[in-house]
Amino acid sequence: MNNYHLDHLQYLETEAIHIMREVAAEFERPVLLFSGGKDSICMLRLAEKAFRPSDIPMPLLNVDTGHHFPELNDFRDRRAQQLGAKLIVRKVEDAIAAGIAVPAPGEISRNRLQIPTLLAAVEEFRFDCAIGGARRDEEKARAKERFFSFRDAFGQWDPKNQRPEIWNLYNARVNPGEHMRIFPLSNWTEMDVWEYIKREELEVPTIYFSHPRKCVRRHGQWLPVTDLMPPKPREEVGDLIVRVRTIGDIISTGMVESRADSVDDILAEIAAARVTERGSRADDKASEAAMEDRKKAGYF
Amino acid sequence: MSPHTHHPIDILRFNTCGSVDDGKSTLIGRLLYDSKSLMEDQLDALERSADITGGGQINLANLTDGLRAEREQGITIDVAYRYFATPKRKFIVADTPGHVQYTRNMVTGASTANLSIVLVDARLGVIEQSRRHTYIAALLGIPHLIIAVNKMDLVGWSEERFREIRDEFESFLPRLDVLRDIKFIPISALNGDNVVTPSPHTPWYEGPTLLGHLENVHIASDWNMHAFRFPVQWVNRPNNPTDPALHDFRGLSGQIAGGIVRVGQPVLTLRSGLKTSVKEIWTYDGPLKEAFCPQSVTLVLGDDVDISRGDMLVGLDHLPGMGSDLRANVCWMQQRPLQRGKKYSLKHTTQTVQAVVTGIESRMDITTYEPQPEPAELALNDIGEIRLKTAKPIVYDGYEHNRLTGSFVLIEQGTNLTAGAGMLLPPLEAVKPEYSDFAI
Repeated sequence: MNNYHLDHLQYLETEAIHIMREVAAEFERPVLLFSGGKDSICMLRLAEKAFRPSDIPMPLLNVDTGHHFPELNDFRDRRAQQLGAKLIVRKVEDAIAAGIAVPAPGEISRNRLQIPTLLAAVEEFRFDCAIGGARRDEEKARAKERFFSFRDAFGQWDPKNQRPEIWNLYNARVNPGEHMRIFPLSNWTEMDVWEYIKREELEVPTIYFSHPRKCVRRHGQWLPVTDLMPPKPREEVGDLIVRVRTIGDIISTGMVESRADSVDDILAEIAAARVTERGSRADDKASEAAMEDRKKAGYF
Repeated sequence: MSPHTHHPIDILRFNTCGSVDDGKSTLIGRLLYDSKSLMEDQLDALERSADITGGGQINLANLTDGLRAEREQGITIDVAYRYFATPKRKFIVADTPGHVQYTRNMVTGASTANLSIVLVDARLGVIEQSRRHTYIAALLGIPHLIIAVNKMDLVGWSEERFREIRDEFESFLPRLDVLRDIKFIPISALNGDNVVTPSPHTPWYEGPTLLGHLENVHIASDWNMHAFRFPVQWVNRPNNPTDPALHDFRGLSGQIAGGIVRVGQPVLTLRSGLKTSVKEIWTYDGPLKEAFCPQSVTLVLGDDVDISRGDMLVGLDHLPGMGSDLRANVCWMQQRPLQRGKKYSLKHTTQTVQAVVTGIESRMDITTYEPQPEPAELALNDIGEIRLKTAKPIVYDGYEHNRLTGSFVLIEQGTNLTAGAGMLLPPLEAVKPEYSDFAI
């Protein structure tokens, strides 16, 4: 736009770059969480914009639940290599083996077990801050998040006692053992993320685009049929043309029937969508406060 | 770009303030609902929660009250941010609580807003809270204000009542002379009248709907564009031995906090007072000829001056102040009161310095707008004028001229809590640099 005025993506971009640079300047051991999902892909581009021509002055970290879509991990590794960034992967399996994460009897989901695995990685590398791609529009507990979100020595979030965040002056102070979660995309919506992917011509994992997949109908959603999730007798199974709208674990990510096979198609689909992005995530549906409870325990 | 994705052209940030039960959250719920920004699963979740607070009826306030304690108590505890878009604009909404004890959250939500909506219950008219909210909007220098007179259905859509309330506001608004753009709108947030669509009940009202005003209010001039300010945020030195082009690269990364910068332009580095020029405006997307507030860029200077985070580059016109004796209005945000002699960390632009409170000039009674001189302390949610001395001089503007270079936060040492929000009074004199031209 002309006349010294930023359009909405430029505004969100400069806000996020400012935050990234504050992190680099104020923290000793920051880390950037990179899953290969669409939000963290935008974050990596913002990191490039914040720090080039220097190297991105922090490593990337991913907590691998062991239930990731294989396409996502391939993409994650390739993108990190392209950027010349150091990628640290910590596995829930290893955390279970080490007794750091303990599954409940019969617990199949790795969602909860990501929390101790992440906190153990924070401790192992003595990270004082972790940058994540969470957005406030995703979920209403997240709508209460700060850009700089303080976590105590147990990694816990206390939503009723947050530091006020005024103007663009971020209080980055933490004592030893405490850390900060930083969310540069707080003010972005799902639509902004895809518009930014289009504007920046960013590559995304192929599972965001429509592809054929065998799915099973469960709890009102189409879930991918895998060895981890074989269909039960009398469950409805279909060969569908689907894509993912948001990526969680392969056992809890609802597939959306879609013919969208370009970023433009996806933008059109979101514009017409009648359910939110998180509507396809079984992990959020446990109760109305599911996200709030997990965040208090240290989840992202 | 396909017609589906024709996007809004800019972002307007606003906050809503009102007392408990003025209908703030209901208004935001109404804006989201009527602008079709709500999705089916959100409506499902609303219906599921209807029994908790709504007595079986869908409660639009549950959209913004995201924490369990808030839904149970039917109050908003913390600032909630909401997002919606129309074909004309994108909106970021800060829903800020109206309780007396949560004034700090209102300051938080208002600090980044282009516009504030002050809600008034038409039955109650101007109450103490209305005067407080209006005062805070003025103190924080919010460029635009809407007084939404809500629950008009409960006063029989009376034009007379609406005028009474407007007159009452207008009797004290001149004392807050920084508020220049004020719009009064009669609405019913619950029923949607004059929120998104014009109400058939108010033939006597000829102004825009609330959303119509939000879509059209002119915000392009809300940033300071006339005095160049560039707080250095991060020194960008690749130190790349293999690439000769990068080996000697030394850039200053930061977000422009005021004005416009052009390649070749002379700039002054503060605090050192050295004059140099901008050789290159480096960005990931290629070099720029000029850049403006609030863009994030990396500047390469003509001379290799010693400059680091916390320093500021400024244009040669409209020089800022520089000093360590400061006067400011502060809003106090935590339990332990602010007292003379206490020390804090003060974060201003990109630097943090030690500061000691050297005096408390006054505490503002934000209901009567009368300052009370020399109080013993400022308690939680108090607003007052104080004096500070910093360990190092800072480079600053009056808050009324630039919100980014005129603001600071006070951080309590030890707990690291953000204890206060400060708005600097204009410097008594501009910095007088001895123009030592570095090139000579």
